Amino acid sequence: MIVAEQKNLEEIMRMIAPYERVMILGCGTCMTVCNAGGERETSFLHGALRLAQSKSGEGTHSFSEYTVKRQCDYEFLEVLDDKIDDVDTILSLGCGIGVQAIAERFPDTPVLPGVNTAFMGMAKEWGIWDERCAACGECRLEETGGICPITRCTKGILNGPCAGTKNGKCEANTDMDCAWILIYNRLERLQQLEKMRRYYPPRNFLAVARPKRVITKANTEAGENNG
Amino acid sequence: MKAGTNLEKILDSGRFAVTAEAGPPKGTSAAVVQRKGEILRNCCDAVNITDNQTAIVRMSSLAGCVLLKQTGVEPVMQMVVRDRNRLALQSDILGAVSMGIGNFLCLSGDHQQFGNHPTAKGVFDIDSIQLIQMMKKMRDEKQFLNGEEISGDVPMYIGAAANPFADPFEYRVKRLAKKVKAGVDFIQTQAVYDVPKFARYMEMVCEQGLDKRVHILAGVIPIRSAGMARYMRDYVSGVSVPDEIITRLEQAEKAKEEGVKIILEIIEQVEEIPGVHGIHIMAVGWEDIVPEMVEKAGLMPRPIL
Repeated sequence: MIVAEQKNLEEIMRMIAPYERVMILGCGTCMTVCNAGGERETSFLHGALRLAQSKSGEGTHSFSEYTVKRQCDYEFLEVLDDKIDDVDTILSLGCGIGVQAIAERFPDTPVLPGVNTAFMGMAKEWGIWDERCAACGECRLEETGGICPITRCTKGILNGPCAGTKNGKCEANTDMDCAWILIYNRLERLQQLEKMRRYYPPRNFLAVARPKRVITKANTEAGENNG
Repeated sequence: MKAGTNLEKILDSGRFAVTAEAGPPKGTSAAVVQRKGEILRNCCDAVNITDNQTAIVRMSSLAGCVLLKQTGVEPVMQMVVRDRNRLALQSDILGAVSMGIGNFLCLSGDHQQFGNHPTAKGVFDIDSIQLIQMMKKMRDEKQFLNGEEISGDVPMYIGAAANPFADPFEYRVKRLAKKVKAGVDFIQTQAVYDVPKFARYMEMVCEQGLDKRVHILAGVIPIRSAGMARYMRDYVSGVSVPDEIITRLEQAEKAKEEGVKIILEIIEQVEEIPGVHGIHIMAVGWEDIVPEMVEKAGLMPRPIL
């Protein structure tokens, strides 16, 4: 899933300053799971903004809130069609994809990002999220015991571990496990240590050339403009 | 004086500058660079050494510049941000200055997928405008990008490229203004074939007073054939080649001669455009033609300052 952090209140207030009617828009999928912009956070932020406005005695914003199931799909944005004319801006608590989907779907309405999208990952424990996938477009997890060195090694090296590993941690961030030590231990356990002896040639960065597009052949039609 | 280079002196004295471009070899031969230097020595004020141009690996720009300097030609060291991060760029700048290189040209660099190592990682740690600002900071404040002090002076004459023909046309002058604000001293433009469009661009440049703050050298690329002209029109981003030029080359008995004639006409016209302070000849492997072109354009002999 996608993990994000809500922006601080000051920054959000600075962004909304030019707009009168602000719709705070939550997202019911990843942002709900990572507690950055689900229905609950949307409601909290709504309250915080109202409170901040009344405390400061300045600002004439009127706020509304709404949470869609997923911001990154036009399908789920349709419900906003009859609301969009009543707002001057949408403060999106969706990830960067949600914000851009709204910008594309509603070309006349400014959209503001309410969260900083961080990475694709999972919960380590409640409230702690760790990155797991860099979406490199060339998955080699089969070779590395299901642990991604591209994402989890600070240097992203393929022939690790480097000499900066100490007690299983990374020199660049001693709170973080050295990915290559994790890989080594896991391969040892799986009796696949021979994979550590393989030389991995330089990566093909062409696979990650931006912007990426995936075309699922089964769902596209020849000659159609599939977007 | 910022670096006291020949190019800087010529431009600051209000003279019309001539620069050219030389690509280093795909190999280790010093003689290749020296030969190009000898061809260009008397007809140019400075010669650019390209930096892995079109994303094809070649001898480093820094080494090429040193070799050029040894043949008595003043180099302009091109630097792209595609292949090196801010650490490598800064250390190469220190090295270049230590070798007496004074002119620099800040570029983004063609995308690596068009070159001969398409699977390489594009660095783009900083962009070309940030590179200009970094150089200015190194020179004027004697500081690295991070604010730490540099020991010794860093005299640099800072150049950049500009493409008057890319989209959106109206924004191009504003982007140039951004480079000027970042601290650029001279500009070498993309090849000019569409002179009226270039004149409109220069008009906007002058309206904004940018011609007083930066020296603009109009880029020219001599064309050898109609095929080359069509290729430039169709595949080189931001180059516009009018149909008339292609027709002339198609109909010419000797395309090469016609190509030179066309470029000479363009040079004559751009010389008259207010704000143009020189030309930059990118002969792309046809350096032999440069002395003749400069001679015929009436730009010889080059001033000695």
